[in-house]
Amino acid sequence: MFRRLITVFFLFFGVASTCFAAKNNNCLQIKGSDTMVNLVQSWAEKYMEINPQDFLAVTGGGSGTGLSSLISGSCDIAMSSRFITSKEIDLARKKSIEPFEIKAALDGLAVVVNPKNPVSKLTIDQLAGIFTGKIKNWKELGGPDASIVLLSREVNSGTHVYFKEHILRRGNPASTEEFAPAALMLSSSQAIADEVSQNTSAIGYYGMGYISSKQKAVAVAKDDKSVYETPTIDNVIKGLYPISRPLLIYTNGEPKGLVKKFIDYALSKEGQGIVVQTDFVPIK
Amino acid sequence: MRKIKEFIIEKLILLCGLASIFFVILIFIFLLKEGLALFKTVGVDKFLFGQKWYPISEPAQLGILPLILGSLLVTFGAAVISIPIGVGCALYIAEIAPPKTKEFLKAGIELLAAIPSVVLGFIGMVTLVPWVKNIFHLPTGLTALSGSIMLAFMAMPTIVSIAEDALYSVPKSYKEGAFALGATHWQTIHRVILPAASSGILAAVMLGIGRVIGETMAVMMITGNAAIMPNSILQPVRTLTATIAAEMGEAVVGSEHYFALFAVGIVLFIISFAINVTADLFLHKNK
Repeated sequence: MFRRLITVFFLFFGVASTCFAAKNNNCLQIKGSDTMVNLVQSWAEKYMEINPQDFLAVTGGGSGTGLSSLISGSCDIAMSSRFITSKEIDLARKKSIEPFEIKAALDGLAVVVNPKNPVSKLTIDQLAGIFTGKIKNWKELGGPDASIVLLSREVNSGTHVYFKEHILRRGNPASTEEFAPAALMLSSSQAIADEVSQNTSAIGYYGMGYISSKQKAVAVAKDDKSVYETPTIDNVIKGLYPISRPLLIYTNGEPKGLVKKFIDYALSKEGQGIVVQTDFVPIK
Repeated sequence: MRKIKEFIIEKLILLCGLASIFFVILIFIFLLKEGLALFKTVGVDKFLFGQKWYPISEPAQLGILPLILGSLLVTFGAAVISIPIGVGCALYIAEIAPPKTKEFLKAGIELLAAIPSVVLGFIGMVTLVPWVKNIFHLPTGLTALSGSIMLAFMAMPTIVSIAEDALYSVPKSYKEGAFALGATHWQTIHRVILPAASSGILAAVMLGIGRVIGETMAVMMITGNAAIMPNSILQPVRTLTATIAAEMGEAVVGSEHYFALFAVGIVLFIISFAINVTADLFLHKNK
């Protein structure tokens, strides 16, 4: 993981300069969702092996960061783990940029606790109660008498936005539920994974690619009458796991040229194979 | 010929001097222009005294009171820790330490100043945070206290070096006079040297605090960034600086959120400007 990040940074700083300076045609800037960085980086590495004349630079920063770069014209492809908002589309059109959406993969959002925590299944209602601060103690969920430490991503994260809209607000646009102000805002999925692995009363959420043996993914059910499902690839493909979302790619207008070549590769059988290798779920 | 050369060099230096002021003014104008745009849609009182910070909701809630209090709490904690240690250290270096120890300590302090804040933040995250959690039996160690302790390390070099200068510049005759009257070393320090250097020490303290309130990376890593109204130093807080750093990348240029972050910048600017002006007043009073 860490080595991969270093490679990303190295690649970015090493060649991004030439990329900006020359603005030549076989150079692509890809930016956005931290959830998708590893996946898109793997695509880019394999793609560049096949097409050594092209160069792709992949950086994270969060879905919002990617989309705002696409709008300001500082990247060619934005990775996003949430849908673009109508506000963002308006802003883009003002700058004569036409965001074009492509579904590239699926992701299950895992809710994780420390392996020592006895709580191992929760309903969406309970999750909403926990993250809005209505449920404050693990005792209320059948766990030990300890106050719950909420871990959330920063507001620039697509995962944050998705979780708020689909869990806290249950997909209801009129709802005004918010994360409890006491929720700790951490700047990366890895930071949440680290904190959960050393704090027995913490609960956090992130893309299922980040699950390791140091965290325990909670089984989630739509309501208390449904079956509790764990975030596995099978369950996400079958649509059984209730917290899954599309991973999206946004381009300026319909993809053409190099952008199209790269996206075609990502959606090809080989590209979707890489999706499985990086613990996400392919679209076909 | 020499006169012309002299003239050109003089003017060039003048230009360099003016450049810094010019840049400050430009930055301030830009900050005002972007930040004040927020108040077309959000009232000043709602912004400054609102207790909820949900910048990306519809409609956005942009109250920065928890952020201001968070910044002040962390700064206050850091001041309480760093001022006694810093001033004590300066006293020791300036008055008591033998020359060799003095050189050694001064080098150490300079080295402390040279550690990048992100490194201090990282060290704090892996060592201090679990320690705070276990000692106080807290649900999490990402608290204002952890931030204060780490920031105290950052303020100390500033406080020590400026306070030491102030102590050093107390005229020797004061000290000799006190000794001649039969005062002990401690009586001399306590009754003569400290009062004589007090304005310089206050300036040192203010500059140290100014450094703390503007610090970003370390606080973002170890204070937890939860925008709650803090009622204890053992709670997570979100500071003004960390908010700008964490959210600026996401804010779409020209959106309300973007203007709000610049308005937060204005608030920060005003706070550190006030601190620097106070420090300056103390320094000039000295002379």
